[in-house]
Amino acid sequence: MAHLDWILVLVGGWLGLGLLGILALRHTDFVARVLFPAGAAIALGLAAIALSALFDDPETAVLPLGLPNLPFHLRLDGLSAYFLLVIGAAGAGISVFAAGYFRQGEGTPPGLLCLEYHVFLASMALVVLADDAYAFMVMWETMALSSFFLVTANHRVPAIRQAGFLYLLVAHIGAIAILLCFGVLQANTGDYSFANMRAQSLSPLWASAAFLLATFGFGAKAGILPLHVWLPEAHPAAPSPVSALMSGVMLKTAIYGILRIGFDLLNAQLWWWGALLLALGLATALFGVVFSAVQTDMKRLLAYSSIENIGLLFVGIGLGVLFNAYGMHALSALALTAALYHVISHAFFKSLLFLGTGSVLHATGERSLGKLGGLMRRMPWVGWLVLIGVLASSGLPPLSGFVAEWLLLQSFLFTTELPNSFLNMLVPVVAAAIALVAALAGYAMVKFFGVIFLGQPREAKLAEAQDASLLERAGLIWLASGCVVLGLFPVPLIGAIDRVTQLLIGTGIASTVRNNGWLLLAPTTLERASYSPLIFLAVTCLAVLLAVLLVHRLYHGRVRFAPPWDCGYPAQTARMQDTAEGFGQPIRQIFEPFIRMRRELPSPFDEKPIYHVRIEDHLWHWLYLPIARTTERFARLVGRLQQGRIAIYLLYSFLTLLVLLLVVVAK
Amino acid sequence: MIPLSGFVSQLLEIILALAFAPLLTGWVNQCRAWLQNRSAPGLLQPYRALHKLFNKESVVAESASPIFRIAPYIVFGCMALVCAIAPTLSTDLPLAPAADTIALVGLFALARVFISLAAMDIGTSFGTLGARREMLIGFLAEPALLMVLFSASLITQSTSLANIVETLAHQPFAIYPSLAVAGVAFTFVALAENARVPVDNPATHLELTMIHEALILEYSGRHLALIEWAAALKLFAYSCIGLALFFPWGIAGAGTPLAMIVAIPVLLAKLAIGGVLLALIETINAKMRLFRVPEFLATAFLLAVIALLVHVLLGA
Repeated sequence: MAHLDWILVLVGGWLGLGLLGILALRHTDFVARVLFPAGAAIALGLAAIALSALFDDPETAVLPLGLPNLPFHLRLDGLSAYFLLVIGAAGAGISVFAAGYFRQGEGTPPGLLCLEYHVFLASMALVVLADDAYAFMVMWETMALSSFFLVTANHRVPAIRQAGFLYLLVAHIGAIAILLCFGVLQANTGDYSFANMRAQSLSPLWASAAFLLATFGFGAKAGILPLHVWLPEAHPAAPSPVSALMSGVMLKTAIYGILRIGFDLLNAQLWWWGALLLALGLATALFGVVFSAVQTDMKRLLAYSSIENIGLLFVGIGLGVLFNAYGMHALSALALTAALYHVISHAFFKSLLFLGTGSVLHATGERSLGKLGGLMRRMPWVGWLVLIGVLASSGLPPLSGFVAEWLLLQSFLFTTELPNSFLNMLVPVVAAAIALVAALAGYAMVKFFGVIFLGQPREAKLAEAQDASLLERAGLIWLASGCVVLGLFPVPLIGAIDRVTQLLIGTGIASTVRNNGWLLLAPTTLERASYSPLIFLAVTCLAVLLAVLLVHRLYHGRVRFAPPWDCGYPAQTARMQDTAEGFGQPIRQIFEPFIRMRRELPSPFDEKPIYHVRIEDHLWHWLYLPIARTTERFARLVGRLQQGRIAIYLLYSFLTLLVLLLVVVAK
Repeated sequence: MIPLSGFVSQLLEIILALAFAPLLTGWVNQCRAWLQNRSAPGLLQPYRALHKLFNKESVVAESASPIFRIAPYIVFGCMALVCAIAPTLSTDLPLAPAADTIALVGLFALARVFISLAAMDIGTSFGTLGARREMLIGFLAEPALLMVLFSASLITQSTSLANIVETLAHQPFAIYPSLAVAGVAFTFVALAENARVPVDNPATHLELTMIHEALILEYSGRHLALIEWAAALKLFAYSCIGLALFFPWGIAGAGTPLAMIVAIPVLLAKLAIGGVLLALIETINAKMRLFRVPEFLATAFLLAVIALLVHVLLGA
């Protein structure tokens, strides 16, 4: 059997698990102990097959589903295989964790949740396999709907229902744009297969229209400014494994869409597309990271951090388009490799962090950072594993986040070779902003980890928190080891990414990298730049070990445990620590113009002082509320037609007929 | 295989950094005391302090997690690696390909994140306050440092620190306007990153103004000794990187073992002058309010970006 058949069997297996879930609607144990681990095994198998398919020739298949004479076309090429690998590899860890996570009595019955979850996974896998617009849109909508139901799993909470509807709305506005984009791409031939779209050569005007529609549509799914508002609402509202799946994996299908349309279906790029993606990505990244640093809800903080990472991905893709448009294919491959590396790295660390918040949520029942603290001692497993995710997310060497950041900055250093003096001038500014984003991400992540896991417990109940269960730990360990392995061994993965860039722009950086040796990552020449995470880690570890040994050999290693000193102040309480607000205060002050803040400060004479601060998004007030108000006014205007009496409606029908008759007569 | 000369210069560099870093701190302290009309502590005072601290028992807070105890070692390890890849004596460094300038900035960030997490670990008010301020300075200084290094990278077409310095040192004498601007930015960043006046005062224990000292308030004994040593290594590394980027003359190239013998006194002379200048800066400036620090570092950031633009626009 070919790879594609195996993949279809596995995806069918997911759907089968979902149906079994329906049969065992309220048998939590069966669903959690059998179905979810089976789903994880399937995900792992999918990742393995995708990895082997990546190094093979493209395969196609036709599924006799859908409408008569309009079957689903599927195609497995390098790009789909790479994204399948991401879905499978991250999905495996998330499913194992979910097996330990879902419990009785949380809104939707576990069996139904199992169905929605596996349909969601299957639809994501099929989105990246689709080879015609029809199959793509059906899968895309299935993905949106199944994730909507997952987001609203806890539908008794009004805020969650609201978040779900906002998500559904933006998802559909985006889907319309994608549909229109396919309409432009088929160039009046009436054939909606991707093969036909590849064969068309559109005029620059129509190609730009298609590209803009795709950017809008996929940007809505990815959470690009100003279409990001649903993301910080919907991602935190979902149960944690679903948040992980949405932030870590689903956002990547939008990246897939941009790459598929921008590089594969459209056969030439214009430079200003790249500049547009670059600008959008930069604005999104800066916005996301600033807002992530001022959040007080741990899952919202991560959701904004996802917005930031999507922004960085767009920057990488934009740079790739820029280089490609000027015919600098090798550099374009470098930028795209950076983006694709970040795709898988972000899938691992963001899933890890979201799952970590799930464990914390189950152990404490708290999402607010202001009521957590000191969990490192109660939950060491979750604490240490999340620390790995935090370091990867901050882009620190030698973990996976740094490799992507390193490659991205390297490709920025080549922008001076672009034959456009405007871009030459702007691009250093962009590089500076990227560096700022990376540094701010570190700030947000130190806040995230420090406030949840370090310090004193801010509430008494935290002292009873239990560490994650074995299955949860297994999922976290899988994802954390992904962050470490991807960070330490970048060269093999770049070999895999090479297949994707070969497909998209006809060249890759893997041969250069391999020529420079497996130990060193050097994308161009050894003189120009190189980085070796293994040597990096080895030397740091060696220095640490030597320091430990020498200190303990030459001097005594005595330790005495005592109460904290704190400048001799005896009456320390847990409430004197920095809260999440306190830690975010410098950011609020520096980036004040970007943040809409409402604050109530107590006066010194208040009996019961209340401090209250609300961080809001300017765009919500400047863009979304006016649009919503206009829509509502328009709807009320239309509503006047509705009188509720049958005679009036009959009159409308009569008048319509009359007008139509007049039109016919006039002809 | 690594040639013997490279191995020797690498080893020599690490030993030199570990041994002489506290001396540089002592020298700066001495100069500062003289300039401020105080009687100076001995040049070897930092060594005595380290010896004393190593001999003391370490008092660890009861509520500390393992992060608190491993952080000093990680910070020390990071700074040791920084000193290994920064070209101080020679540009012939076998370890240099392992980490370029971007990784160097990442290495500083790694150390900063760990020391901040350790400060938050005990859960005292000063610890978290210090962590917040340290991260604030870090997120502003880090991109500025990266931009400074990028302007040098664009001139020399390499991000490897050793190669940058090699190119700058062995070309006909030329003054790059972009490097001059970058040098000012680098000085700003170095002052902030090493907790020096006007950003922080290394000699203060006044609660409301301290940054670095607030971070390490709970440390004692050998842990504190390692952190102090790491701080000295950081100052040494920053000084050497600055000297190598902006005054690279006298540094030994590859395959010239004799030049190493010249390089050591040259480096010591440069460091001595640099120490005097640092003491001078610290003496003639007052410590600024914390809220002014972002402006100070934003200036550094802007200068660094201007340096990049100058290079891109003027090609110099």
